[in-house]
Amino acid sequence: MSTHTRRQFIAGSLLAAASTSMPRLLLAAADTARRFVFIIQRGAADGLATIMPTGDPELPRLRAALIAEGGTRLDSMFTAHPALVAISDLYQQREALFAHAIATPYRDRSHFDAQNVLETGGPKPYHLNDGWLNRLLTLLPKSAAQAIALSATIPVALRGAVEVGSYAPSNLPEAREDLKSRVAMLYESDPMLHELWQQAQATQAMAGDSAGGKRDPAALGTLAARMLGGDGSARVAMIETLGWDTHFGQAGRLANELKGLDALIGALRAGLGDQWRQTIVLVATEFGRTAAANGTGGTDHGTASAAMLLGGAVQGGRVIADWPGLAANRLYEGRDLRATMSLDSFIAGALAEHYQLDAARVATRLFPQVPLPSAPVSGLIRA
Amino acid sequence: MTPAAIAANRFGIGMRGDATPAADPVAALHQELSQFQPRPAALASVPNRKAAAEALEQLRMATRESKQSASSAAPGPAGAAGNDTARGAARHEVRDLYIDSVGARVNAALQTPTPWLERLVHFWSNHFAVSVDKQPVLAFAGLLEFEAIRPQLLGRFADMLIAVEHHPAMLLYLDQAQSIGQDSVVGQRRSDYGAKQHGLNENLAREILELHTLGVRSGYSQNDVTELARALTGWTVAGLGGNRRRRRGFFAAEPAPGEAFFREPQHEPGARQILGKRYASSGARQSKAVLADLARHRATAQHIATKLAQHFAGDSPSSELVARLSHTFLETDGDLPQLYRTLLEAPECWNSAALKFKSPWDWSLSALRSINLDNVEAKAAAGLLLELGQAVWKPGSPAGYDDLAASWAAPDALVRRVEAGQRIAQRAPRGLDARALAAQVLPGGVSESTSKVLSQAESGPQALALLWASPEFMRR
Repeated sequence: MSTHTRRQFIAGSLLAAASTSMPRLLLAAADTARRFVFIIQRGAADGLATIMPTGDPELPRLRAALIAEGGTRLDSMFTAHPALVAISDLYQQREALFAHAIATPYRDRSHFDAQNVLETGGPKPYHLNDGWLNRLLTLLPKSAAQAIALSATIPVALRGAVEVGSYAPSNLPEAREDLKSRVAMLYESDPMLHELWQQAQATQAMAGDSAGGKRDPAALGTLAARMLGGDGSARVAMIETLGWDTHFGQAGRLANELKGLDALIGALRAGLGDQWRQTIVLVATEFGRTAAANGTGGTDHGTASAAMLLGGAVQGGRVIADWPGLAANRLYEGRDLRATMSLDSFIAGALAEHYQLDAARVATRLFPQVPLPSAPVSGLIRA
Repeated sequence: MTPAAIAANRFGIGMRGDATPAADPVAALHQELSQFQPRPAALASVPNRKAAAEALEQLRMATRESKQSASSAAPGPAGAAGNDTARGAARHEVRDLYIDSVGARVNAALQTPTPWLERLVHFWSNHFAVSVDKQPVLAFAGLLEFEAIRPQLLGRFADMLIAVEHHPAMLLYLDQAQSIGQDSVVGQRRSDYGAKQHGLNENLAREILELHTLGVRSGYSQNDVTELARALTGWTVAGLGGNRRRRRGFFAAEPAPGEAFFREPQHEPGARQILGKRYASSGARQSKAVLADLARHRATAQHIATKLAQHFAGDSPSSELVARLSHTFLETDGDLPQLYRTLLEAPECWNSAALKFKSPWDWSLSALRSINLDNVEAKAAAGLLLELGQAVWKPGSPAGYDDLAASWAAPDALVRRVEAGQRIAQRAPRGLDARALAAQVLPGGVSESTSKVLSQAESGPQALALLWASPEFMRR
């Protein structure tokens, strides 16, 4: 995105702040309709417990205590965890798709390296400095490239050349307008702080009166919907979720986290209203967890996991997987679900179709160092 | 930045408004090495392990009673409510232990006569991070810093490492307390105990190798992780590490609840093979022997040198500085004061450009110190750091908080500092002149434009808020 565009965006927002209405920019409808949300599950979410391969005869042998009772039967092989109520509902309406046995190119078991690979889109950790989500913005029409992190700071996936906003509810009293204008003067000759400050003012205007709100997952979903909802506001958002590293007492903790994710999605969908039809939400984690339960009622770091694609634009109602099986000789290094699908190809395919871009171009731009192990996955988005 | 400003802000944690500037700031930093107080007055009354264990035990009991009454056939509404109240009170008690510890940490940092060593305490505490999003850690997090980091600050790296890995907070945080060797006495008998599984947990072992010592991608294997996990089995926390119900009559007398100790029947017997070296079966001493070797490994020296260099010489320190620090580490067998001296003598750390964007912790402490506060209310301090995005001992992961500008310099983060500054300024002692304060806490002065904005402020408190928002104050 050019500097010119961003300035225009900011000018619009500042104007709006002054007149207490949402910013209004005259934008071509086709440019702005599409929305994309990336929800990262930090800590390695257990795909085998989220989208349970209940049709695999090996599952009870490996982790009887970790198989949740009930849940929605998705097909002959898979059952969704019972905490996924809103998400299962989407599945039945063909607005949710799950990809299983999926992973980034990373094959070791460090959270931090793996998250770096997941977020940069590089072939290995710390190979790239910017994130694939920021590089996506460079491919989009300028009006569709306004992005925001729903956190105080900017996660690696959104870092890069294109300026993005960041916002999270805070309990601090808002700074007075007079103080804010003087702070702007302080930063006039400091390019970095000037940039950040301008972005912040634009975003605050977008958030409107949701500042100081609650911080539970549903409230976050509502806030995200508001950020993505209006004309001239953000079109791309990233949300971070934590708490997936279930080495211990997994059953209860995972159910809790999934319930939160489900509430977030439910609120996002409700908040977006009709715009949900033009939205896709990607939910992905850095790697999966061991196929077998460990000695402390949990699971340790693994390899492949499950990813979700949700939204009115998704060609859903199915689980896509080249299922590797859970028999001992089929597990990766004898312990983990083997990866049979490239998360990079999945992401590239979904975004290319969503934004009607050339798939090969999206793949090279988002995952530049990787000759993708497979072509971008097609048929994920409704025509 | 002038040398005095670098000494106060890059090495130290911010100049106090009422401090007398040192005639020779470099010499003053060297002198700190003989003046450190491992247990200053501010930490005198922090809760101990016994209090932490008791609070957790009370919470466990209250939770159990509340669950029992919820599932009993005829739960009286009053009884259930009573149990929930008891549970809520017990939760508060655990939370108060954390808040009190945060308050003690902040006050120690406000009062310290050795601000550069205080920064190093915070550095190591973040290197060996625990995170209070796990409830037992809430009660023990402060103790890790007070008992394992501070007393070892001027010792050898190996001693700090061993103290940390055997501290109850770390054993609880990374699931070591529940880890059981498969062929141990307990592991062999586990089927006697019914459905609940007990076994090996490799969480602590992996993070020791990846985060605390060698560093990621330094050549260790999954097998090294598993073998270290086996060597560590047995280390647990009395009264908290599981097996509570079955302890009586099976294990020998155990220490008081909350104490870390070695429970032999949980330990995987036999020799271990780690990084190509064999460690004979030696019970409690086996993991210590491994840790001692890890502490003097070349990869560990490189890892620690890189993190220290990054903390004092900018986000991308020169490889020469890292090499010098690494060399010192290896030559002195991890003697920490020698590493600190190498930093003080490194011209890279005295670069006059502002090298680091302050973390929320740095920014808060330097703001509070600039207006001469000695004590702040614990709850307010904990809340401030939470709102600014760096809740104390809560990085959410064992990697600790990031030490890069890209992680802290973000639009919303900046707004929060301005908001927090406005709030702190409203509560600041009256009569402070921000312009005079600027010259004192940012020795060498501020830019003309900053100075102009400060002088035109509409009020004293607004001028303070602007000083803390200024580009000079945001960096160190």
